[in-house]
Amino acid sequence: MSSVESTPATATPAVRKTALNAVHRQMGAKMVDFNGWDMPVEYPASIGCGIINEHMAVRTGVGIFDVSHMGDIRLAGPQALNAVQHISMNDASRLAVGQAQYSALLYPRGTFVDDVIVHRLGEDEYLLVINAGTREKDFNWVRDNTREFDCAVENLSDDFTQIAIQGPRAVDLLQKMTDVDLSTVKFYWVTQGNIVLNNKSMRRYLGNTLIARTGYTAEDGFEIYVPSDEPTSAWVWNRILEVGKEFGVVPCGLGARNTLRLEGKLPLYGHEISDTINVWEAGLDRFCKMEKPEFVGHAALEKARAAGLKRTLVGLEMTERGIARDGYKVLDSTGSEIGYVTSGSPAPFLKKNIALAYVPPEFAAEGTALKIEVRGQSVGAKVVPTPFYKRPKKAA
Amino acid sequence: MAYPTDRKYTKQHEWIQSNGSSATVGITDHAQESLGDIVFVELPKVGAELAAGKAFGTVESVKAVSDLYAPASGTVTEVNQNLATSPEAVNKDAHASWMMKITLKNPKELDALLSAADYEKYVAEEGGH
Repeated sequence: MSSVESTPATATPAVRKTALNAVHRQMGAKMVDFNGWDMPVEYPASIGCGIINEHMAVRTGVGIFDVSHMGDIRLAGPQALNAVQHISMNDASRLAVGQAQYSALLYPRGTFVDDVIVHRLGEDEYLLVINAGTREKDFNWVRDNTREFDCAVENLSDDFTQIAIQGPRAVDLLQKMTDVDLSTVKFYWVTQGNIVLNNKSMRRYLGNTLIARTGYTAEDGFEIYVPSDEPTSAWVWNRILEVGKEFGVVPCGLGARNTLRLEGKLPLYGHEISDTINVWEAGLDRFCKMEKPEFVGHAALEKARAAGLKRTLVGLEMTERGIARDGYKVLDSTGSEIGYVTSGSPAPFLKKNIALAYVPPEFAAEGTALKIEVRGQSVGAKVVPTPFYKRPKKAA
Repeated sequence: MAYPTDRKYTKQHEWIQSNGSSATVGITDHAQESLGDIVFVELPKVGAELAAGKAFGTVESVKAVSDLYAPASGTVTEVNQNLATSPEAVNKDAHASWMMKITLKNPKELDALLSAADYEKYVAEEGGH
């Protein structure tokens, strides 16, 4: 038996570690190289984990993720808003202080530098949270493209240990550890508050901790940004697991993070979005505000919209036995190659084999029967509505 | 994990338990642990001819696809149908969840395979991945 990971490893000189690396290893996590980062892919079955259990915990209870490999760029100064407006496709002028939005940084040709979450932290202060694999590229790109604005650009990527607390019980768990009334923090809002870390022997506060109601799991949840020194990081991580016991909290790795985001059709850089895929193809129209007079990529997107789509992102469900994986070919009913799978996996909550794929628009209609080439065999699939999973609406 | 001494092992992480001219084949506990949650096992048809060292099927976890390699040459006489509906049985007990039974072409081929102790040593040296 020889294992072939479906995510190709990228060659990087030195493997980077988050402040929680030793904690993950101590817990027996299976570690992988993810874009040059030594990260947990899943935790052991002996502590109730594994990708499926971790995935289910987030859908039905709560799970936590070390996402410290994500990068953070702060823009602050009198023209910070102008700078953010210039480099991102969503409309940051709509953000109130304490609000966040999904957006993207684009190349002049309308393709993706990266997708980002833009947080407005103050009157003239914004925080962009970016992907791990594109940290340096993003920072350089942001700095180079904001030189004309009166605004400081800082790379804070190494300053934070970022922990995602995700799932319907995430709010109950985190509420036990903070004096912020989390019911006042709506989805895609951010606040600063104290994280209370008291246990029997010690009482500690982490003041002014960034608490954002965001995530990458298609579930309710929070991401907290704590100082990246190892003792503090380990302390917070372990306290969350301790406090969360009553909610059945489990640590989750990148494996579950990927299946969770896939069920929710949340794009992954290098898969659904990249420097060769444009906004319209990726179907991210509603986050791209063409009514803004200008942003990098605007002109190319005008042209692309007029020219029409050559390919579009669709959701697929396997109708025959077989699992579509990243990079597999998509065939039409006659067996001609028409596109490719960007992400494919068993969906642990939906208990179906699902995939996202780029195909020409004429094959995008719901119910269209297609084939996926799975190791030399054609396996049936059909186009289904997305997102595959939508979290149930809460009465509150 | 104690590896049963009643069978032989390959460096591709399969086990084979022979009984004269017939044998039973599966994957090791180390293999199931490396793979994680197994969701799909694809096995050959009864009657298929296997060549030692050649791929005979695949096993898929949520995250990865892996080929299965024949520990010995022979003919498939039976496949474990339970694994079509309950592939997770391999995670629960890899050494009991056999995949197929074969008639051995040359039982001597097994002499070249690893003993339980040697396999355990091999896994330890290969490192925790």
